[in-house]
Amino acid sequence: MNICPEHIIEHMHDYLDGDISREHEQELKKHLHTCTECKQLMQELSETIAFVKSASHITAPPHFEAAVMARLPKPKSRIGMQKWIRRHPLFVAAAVFCLFMSATLLGSFRDDQHFSVTKQPNLVVEGQTVIVPKGELVKGDIVVKNGDLVVEGEVDGDVTIINGQYMASSAVVSGRVEEIDEAFEWLWYTIKNSVKNAWTFADDGETK
Amino acid sequence: MDALVNKRIKQVLKGDQNAFADIVSLYQHKLYQVCYRMLSNKQEAEDIAQEAFVRAYMNLHTFDQKRKFSTWLYRIATNLCIDRIRKKKPDYYLDAEVTGTEGLDMYSQIAAKDQLPEETLVQMELQERIQYEIGRLPDKYRSVIVLKYIEELSLQEISEILDMPLGTVKTRIHRGREALRKQLNNL
Repeated sequence: MNICPEHIIEHMHDYLDGDISREHEQELKKHLHTCTECKQLMQELSETIAFVKSASHITAPPHFEAAVMARLPKPKSRIGMQKWIRRHPLFVAAAVFCLFMSATLLGSFRDDQHFSVTKQPNLVVEGQTVIVPKGELVKGDIVVKNGDLVVEGEVDGDVTIINGQYMASSAVVSGRVEEIDEAFEWLWYTIKNSVKNAWTFADDGETK
Repeated sequence: MDALVNKRIKQVLKGDQNAFADIVSLYQHKLYQVCYRMLSNKQEAEDIAQEAFVRAYMNLHTFDQKRKFSTWLYRIATNLCIDRIRKKKPDYYLDAEVTGTEGLDMYSQIAAKDQLPEETLVQMELQERIQYEIGRLPDKYRSVIVLKYIEELSLQEISEILDMPLGTVKTRIHRGREALRKQLNNL
């Protein structure tokens, strides 16, 4: 076998792969006629293949499919969500914007927990309670943050109380009275105010 | 069959998990068989074949539907099998003495495992014997021989499954055949 050329063995494998040219096949057959050792090798290789091919078919156990289905992760609506997001980019942009806006506004709400009141000449402040004394007239708006307001006199303007209570017995308030308690109301108030400010600012600009 | 499979794949991608059951039932035997022939162990074969389906499900969106689904699936399964075989390989030192024995190192253990005594081999049933011989092949030859002669796939498909050039697949099949022949002749 050792004297046989290397390429004959190559031809054998090519033949077994079913991937041999007609020329090579004839060369191989000629050689096998004359060389018993190569003939033996060829036969052994064919038998080896037959041996492996005689392996019986193996089937998966009966519960296999159910076992796979049980191992799958729970379905998520993730794919639907992604599609939806891709289809509505504007809405997503708006939502992201609102998220950041409310985050900053809520952040400032947290910082704003201290008591404050609009400065007006004849207001009396007792601890966290602001009093408009009897017989007094306050000209202008009053905003009380984190405190209560007691009106016994008169107010010529709007009254706004944030995170506090409005108490009035025989009060006279010429403007609107607003009480704001929760974060969301406060948020709404801030947005409304900033829009109003921007409006007046624009108006001022025009009149000037 | 490809049209049906692609239809089921689209359904799964739309979120219909039950459509995947049809895919599993179509390919379960093929995949289990490959895993069993590679690993020579029913328990492990079942585990790895199931894992292959789960991975296919999770990565289904990466599958290119212009390609053949079975090739993709085989590829996942053979990769998992090869990983498992590599993990099983002992990483201890061969010349370390085996605990509880005197003068016995790992060489003697391996020799005993690799070649069963002749009388045992003769008594083996044919099917048992086939699996034993396949299992003795080095894993790089084992995968090509299993895909070629048990699954009866074309060389082109095998080269796609194993992600190696056609020439390499041919060489491995040639060497694998030669190695098997020698194993069978050693009797």
